[in-house]
Amino acid sequence: METSRRRRRAWGRAGRGSVPYLLIAPVVAVIAVILGYPLYYLVRISLQQYGLFELIQHKGIAIGLRNYHSVLHDQVFWHTLVRTVVFTAANVSLTMVIGMLLALLLTVVSAPVRVLLSSGLVLVWSMPVVVAVQVWYWMTNYENGVLNYVLTKLGIGDYSQHDWYGTPFSQLSMVTLLIVWGALPFVVITLYAGLAQVPGDLLEAAAVDGAAPWRAFRDITVPLLKPILLILTSLSIIWDFGVFTQPYLLIGQSKITSGNYLMSIYLFEEGYFKTDYGRGAAISLLMLVIVAVLSVVYVRRMVRIGVSE
Amino acid sequence: MRVRRLGWDAIGIAVFVVMVFPVFWMISTAFKQDDQIISLTPTWIPLHPTIAHFTNAIHRPYFWQDVENSLIIVCVTVAISIVLAFLAAVALARYGFSGRKLFVLLVIGIQMLPQAGLIIPLYVVLAKYHQVNALSGVVITYLTFVLPFSVWTLRGFLLGIPKELEEAAMVDGSTRLGVFMKILLPLMGPGLVATSVFAFITTWNEYIFARVLLNDQSKQTVTVWLSYFYGTSRHTDWGALMAASTLTAIPVVVFFLLVQRKIAFGLTAGAVRG
Repeated sequence: METSRRRRRAWGRAGRGSVPYLLIAPVVAVIAVILGYPLYYLVRISLQQYGLFELIQHKGIAIGLRNYHSVLHDQVFWHTLVRTVVFTAANVSLTMVIGMLLALLLTVVSAPVRVLLSSGLVLVWSMPVVVAVQVWYWMTNYENGVLNYVLTKLGIGDYSQHDWYGTPFSQLSMVTLLIVWGALPFVVITLYAGLAQVPGDLLEAAAVDGAAPWRAFRDITVPLLKPILLILTSLSIIWDFGVFTQPYLLIGQSKITSGNYLMSIYLFEEGYFKTDYGRGAAISLLMLVIVAVLSVVYVRRMVRIGVSE
Repeated sequence: MRVRRLGWDAIGIAVFVVMVFPVFWMISTAFKQDDQIISLTPTWIPLHPTIAHFTNAIHRPYFWQDVENSLIIVCVTVAISIVLAFLAAVALARYGFSGRKLFVLLVIGIQMLPQAGLIIPLYVVLAKYHQVNALSGVVITYLTFVLPFSVWTLRGFLLGIPKELEEAAMVDGSTRLGVFMKILLPLMGPGLVATSVFAFITTWNEYIFARVLLNDQSKQTVTVWLSYFYGTSRHTDWGALMAASTLTAIPVVVFFLLVQRKIAFGLTAGAVRG
């Protein structure tokens, strides 16, 4: 470790001067133009009256903080925020708990079943989101969706012609199912890789000492997996909080109302669809700030890794 | 012990069935006759498969046009990203320089921005420069997330190549450019392919920006085309929809299966080691 660090320093000295800066210059320049400039613009128009007319004129009218005032005094904003937080919490906990259980399951099944199950997971992982939405919609439609048929046949209740898209809760539950289904493969396969690194003799020793499997899991496996769990959880929080495609397409635009808004959809409808870009910009900035706060754990850890290597 | 393992295996197979069922159902529906699709009692496996739905799907208006748009957008985005990102990744993996930490922060932080939060600013700025409803505008927005992702992934692959090789070549009198061309580039082949394929998948699957920035049906990507795919008026043509879904998924699934092993742990590999 020490020698490699010294070597890197030597390399750094040899390469001192402009080479690394020349290498990163194109990326920095492109990002500055395609992202830095729009972000500057975002702040600017969030302080302006900026609608369709202003879009055509390319010129907004400064109105100070009125957009923020309007958003922060909008009941819909707060309801959407609470709904999104609850939705995110539900999605992330389901993903992590089921993900952990399935990863553990992979360690106890026989080799052929393990290969079968992990290939299945990779297949699910590879499905494009929009495709998954269409398939989900087909499976859960009230007329002849296979979900209603299976639930009725299993004797869980009479679900023939049951409309899963009738209430906001039911709509969002369907979205949650879809998201958890799509997120599981990444979580399970990553956790399984982590479990493979837990030294078997530690667990054996615990078993010899008479520790129950649950205690061994809690006191040995979980602490060793903590870095992975932390990263997976924070990534899931960030992704689920900002999710757009699944709820927007699965619920369907005609059924999107302020009663089932999630943050991204709220911002899309209020800003883009109603062409009130100034107000939309204010919502965007608020959302970016929230996600930035949520990302701190993940980003700090990754930056530490990036800098140390 | 044996019995217990059989029990776990049974659960494992059940989980497999539940997880894979949607994919199976998509393909199965795509090959079914219409009366089997609309029947209240589902047919699990189509014994008399038909490819009529696939013919129907690809003859829908704008399918080929939108596939072409997707391919153009994907290829241009991936080409620009890989070239620029490779240079930056070399800087990150091989040089110490002041501002390195800031650059890492930039690369990681950008990937965490929620895409929905960027719709409005990108739309307004692109409208200002007449890039709305143009493929070039979409390429620009895709670069915002493909570029940082590629930098980070390529950096990971570069770290896997021992520096000693390059140092030895430098000692032997190779120039920096020579080392780059003769040693780094060939060894990075698999990493470059894997990163390109992953960038390809991300770009091909992208929905929200394409939906917002491309209004004209002849300019849309195949993902947006699929999202608008419903039957006429009241009844959805499920068979054609599932055939279209299958067609959209095929390139992604094939590519993903090719590179999944290489990329899978990219996001967390560092965390496991660190």
